[in-house]
Amino acid sequence: MSIHQKTIAELAQGLKDKEYSSVEITQHYLDRIKQSDLNAFITVTDELAMSQAQAADDKIAAGTNNILTGIPYAHKDIFCTQGVKTSAGSKMLDNFISPYDASVSHQLNQADTVMLGKANMDEFAMGSSNENSFYGAVKNPWNTDKIPGGSSGGSAAAVAGGLSCFATGTDTGGSIRQPASLCGITGLKPTYGRVSRYGMIAYASSLDQAGPMTKTAQDAAIVLNAMAGFDEKDSTSAEQDVPDYTAHLNNSIQGLTIGLPKEFFSEGLDDGVATEVMNAVKEFESMGATVKEISLPNSAYAIPTYYIVAPCECSSNLSRLDGVRYGYRCDSPENLEDLYLRSRSEGFGAEVKRRIMIGAYALSAGYYDAYYLKAQKTRHLISDDFKKAFDEVDVIMGPVSPTTAFDLGSVKDPVSMYLADIYTLSANLAGLPGMSIPAGFSNKLPVGLQLIGNYWSESKLLNIAHQFQQQTDWHQQMPQED
Amino acid sequence: MSLSEQQVTQIAYLARLSLSDDELQDNTKDLNAILGLAEELGAIETDNIEPMAHPLHMTQRLRKDVVTEGDQSDLFQSIAPKTGNKHYLVPTVIE
Repeated sequence: MSIHQKTIAELAQGLKDKEYSSVEITQHYLDRIKQSDLNAFITVTDELAMSQAQAADDKIAAGTNNILTGIPYAHKDIFCTQGVKTSAGSKMLDNFISPYDASVSHQLNQADTVMLGKANMDEFAMGSSNENSFYGAVKNPWNTDKIPGGSSGGSAAAVAGGLSCFATGTDTGGSIRQPASLCGITGLKPTYGRVSRYGMIAYASSLDQAGPMTKTAQDAAIVLNAMAGFDEKDSTSAEQDVPDYTAHLNNSIQGLTIGLPKEFFSEGLDDGVATEVMNAVKEFESMGATVKEISLPNSAYAIPTYYIVAPCECSSNLSRLDGVRYGYRCDSPENLEDLYLRSRSEGFGAEVKRRIMIGAYALSAGYYDAYYLKAQKTRHLISDDFKKAFDEVDVIMGPVSPTTAFDLGSVKDPVSMYLADIYTLSANLAGLPGMSIPAGFSNKLPVGLQLIGNYWSESKLLNIAHQFQQQTDWHQQMPQED
Repeated sequence: MSLSEQQVTQIAYLARLSLSDDELQDNTKDLNAILGLAEELGAIETDNIEPMAHPLHMTQRLRKDVVTEGDQSDLFQSIAPKTGNKHYLVPTVIE
């Protein structure tokens, strides 16, 4: 097995057994990135990576290493990295060299990981196809005519394409789970507040949450151990103990009750995707789980609710980008207003402008109650649906995305793009943890199975996903290379 | 209801964005489509429902009022478009 096919757990064992050094595996990945045409990275930090790999090898030699020491990863370009360009996929921040580290960046540095570079993404995490990046679209490693999903499309393509051992992602409306599903990898969006948002460039602050994107559930547990935890620098960080997420991976799932929301299997779901998802559910039944149909009656309203709440928060968050303190400034502004108007108009892409305007309108006097307040109320109803469901079941399962990866450039109308987020948005609105795990293929493209758990049930989700991965080999499939 | 191009121009200005003629046309169409989606929410009865601003219903945590950061103005200003004497420079506002 080649280095880029190995999981974190396998690479860590090889490092320990001196089969190879971190410098060697880092060089292997950097060579692959150089040869790749997936456009998965905005910035490749080869010098930094080699110095981190050397430092990791020193720690391994001294015996002061941990399981992530020397493991190379791709860091979504939404996380601030001190001294390294942090663009959020936007022309607005194309010249932004972050003066500080995000807490997640700091935590991964503390864990002695090796950052290969900053992964491509939809501009400010707004998008479901990675086509909204100022740096160009990312290609799906399974079929380079297809989108990788978004907004963490570069992260997903990097892991699936063997360009990094794992990646970080963020998920505001599905941006970890959907690209994980479309690229055939494992992605976990933790409970809101589990991972610090400090230094993670904000899109919609009450929805944004960071998480790992990996080859396996076991790897996701290892990375989440490093990412999770209370952070006093993030006022919405939860003061909740961090368990060892690898501790319960091997528990039996005998007696597990799975809820299948009937709304997730109705009109609009592609037959091929439905078949693979139901086959995965049958696999769980054969492992001793029982299945129950449930209802999330308000889930159809997740799209309009999300596409009001998130733009409102984004219009507020992105008002900080005004061409004065950092980021893009237009040439020769005539006056202060011209500076604001042109810096923002030239710096932001079309989708970002669209969402800022929706938010500005929905928050404006006379429309606030009809749009923003109304959406906050329907958000409550969507959240209550889950509370009722979790009285009856341990975990909710369903598709991640209604279809497999679609053709690059094929969806031009924004509303059609939004409709594809139907199955992922409600977990963000409620703040619940969710996962995507590889569950099969339809037309030679990966299909993901979504798991949604109750608050703080990451250990349980990882246990369920790991048990599935002990019985199946979908997560071991990798795209063929020329 | 439907937004006119004039209203979209006003919304763009509120958000400090200016739109070209093509952008104005496209955005008028798209914003109306998105708001049309939002009107579906009108079908839900929400009279006695509390608005949900935050998934964990948290309250803002307070911390001790002490200085935790040193002066890093030089570092922070090193990435600014234009500075002078520790100030951020913009075009003249008052003649």
